Amino acid sequence: MARPMEEIRWQDLEIGATVSEPGCSREYKTGSWRSLRPVVDGEQCIRCGVCWLYCPDAAIDRSEDGHFQADLDYCKGCGICARECPVGCITMEIEES
Amino acid sequence: MDKFSVYAARLVEKGEYFASGHRACQGCAEALAVRLVMKALGRDTIVAMATGCMEIVSSPLPTTAWEVPWIHVAFENASAVITGCESGMKAMMRKGKLPPKKINFVAMGGDGATADIGMGQLSGALERGHDFVYVCYDNEAYMNTGIQRSSATPWGASTTTSPAGKLSKGQRTQKKDLPKIAIAHNIPYVATACPSFPFDLMEKVKKAAAVEGPAYLHILSVCPTGWRIPSEEAIKYGRLAVNTCVFPLYECLYGKYRLTYRPNPILPVREYIEGQGRFRHLTPEDIEAIQERTTAEYEKLVKLSEEV
Ligand SMILES: Cc1ncc(C[n+]2csc(CCOP(=O)(O)OP(=O)(O)O)c2C)c(N)n1
Ligand code: SF4
Ligand code: SF4
Ligand code: SF4
Ligand SMILES: [Mg+2]
Repeated sequence: MARPMEEIRWQDLEIGATVSEPGCSREYKTGSWRSLRPVVDGEQCIRCGVCWLYCPDAAIDRSEDGHFQADLDYCKGCGICARECPVGCITMEIEES
Repeated sequence: MDKFSVYAARLVEKGEYFASGHRACQGCAEALAVRLVMKALGRDTIVAMATGCMEIVSSPLPTTAWEVPWIHVAFENASAVITGCESGMKAMMRKGKLPPKKINFVAMGGDGATADIGMGQLSGALERGHDFVYVCYDNEAYMNTGIQRSSATPWGASTTTSPAGKLSKGQRTQKKDLPKIAIAHNIPYVATACPSFPFDLMEKVKKAAAVEGPAYLHILSVCPTGWRIPSEEAIKYGRLAVNTCVFPLYECLYGKYRLTYRPNPILPVREYIEGQGRFRHLTPEDIEAIQERTTAEYEKLVKLSEEV
C-alpha cells in the first residue's frame, strides 16, 4: 500500500469502497495473535510440504536450506502443522514476547 | 495422509490467491478450504461472495486477501451477481469488446447463505444453465454472527438459537441435503469435498470449472470456534466426518454418482461426535440414533454409485 494502513482514512477510500491492490491483507500481520509458536526440527524434516498444504493462513515457506518453516509475520499458532506433520518434527512452544 | 500423498503436497500450485493476513480464527478450515479452492481455480477467476465469515475476514477496509477480481454482495444474491457477470462478459466477448478467454465465474457462500437465504437465487441460476461454479462452505451454522443454527446444522448440535438444555437436545431437525438439491436440477456436476482431503477437493474444483454449464460444490469446512474443538484438530475432525460416513465424499457427473473415497474401515460416528463441544450433551442413545441414520444414508449412496 502507498501509505501505512493505519494512516488511511475513510476519505481516502475509492468510490464503491473498491480495493485495487490484490492481496494487500499481507500488510496486516496476524502473527501478533499467536500464543504458541511452531518450531520445526530441520534435521528431521522430510521436506514433504504437508504442513504448507494444510496451513489455513498460507504461513509456511521453504527456508534457505530447503526445509519448511513458519512465517512468523502471519502464523497464528493454530497448531495444525504440528498436528499433521507425518514425522512429528514440529513442536508448539510458548511464545515469550 | 498416505505415503503417496505426503510428497504429492509438493506438486500443488505454489501461487496463493487467498493471501495471508486474512482474519479468520486460528485453525479455521473454512479459510483453508477457500485457499485450496483458489489454488485449483487459478488466476483467471472472478468471485462473487455472499456475506459470512469468509467475506468478513478477507475484506476489512482498506485491505483484501483476494488476488483475483472479487465482489462482496448481499447475503442472498451471490448466484445472481456471478451469473450476471458471466452473461455480460460473454456478450462482450461475442461482440468483440473483450478478447475471448476462458474465465471461471464462481459464486461462494456459507451454509446459511446457501441452504437458507440464497437458496432461491441459487436454484434460479442452476436452472438457467449459466457456465459457473457455486461453492458452499458448510460449517453447519451462521458462524460469523456467533453460531446460529441454519437448515444445514446437524441434528443434536447446540447453537445459540438451538441451545441444548433440560428440555432441548439442540438442533431439532435433520441437516438439509444440499448436494441432492443441486443434483435435482440436473446440472452437469455436483460434488462434496473437505479440505482434510486436499487432493480430492482440488480435483473436484478443477472438474467443476471444466464442465460446460453449472456446477455445485459442497465443502464441509470445520469451524473450531463454532464446533468447540481445539484449533489444531480442525483437519482431524474433517477426516473423522468422512471416515465415519457422516460426510461422504462423492460426485455426480451428468447424473452418474461415484463415491470418490470409501473409508475402510468405516469408523463409528461416536469418534466424530465425542470430542466436539456442540455435541457434548448427547447421550449414547442419541449417538446411536445418529449412527443408524448415517449408516442408512451411506448405504443409499453406495447403491446410487453402483448403478450405471
Ligand atoms: C440479510 C442479512 N441478514 C443478516 C446478516 C448478518 N450476517 C452476516 S454474516 C452472517 C452469518 C453467515 O452464515 P453462513 O452463511 O453460514 O457463513 P459463515 O459465517 O458460517 O461462514 C449473518 C447472519 C446480513 N449481513 N444480511
Ligand atoms: S501453527 Fe497454524 S498458522 Fe502457524 S504455520 Fe502452523 S498451521 Fe500455519
Ligand atoms: S510436514 Fe513436517 S516433515 Fe513435512 S515439510 Fe512440514 S515440517 Fe517437514
Ligand atoms: S468462526 Fe469458524 S468459520 Fe468463522 S472464521 Fe472462525 S473458525 Fe472460521
Ligand atoms: Mg456457516
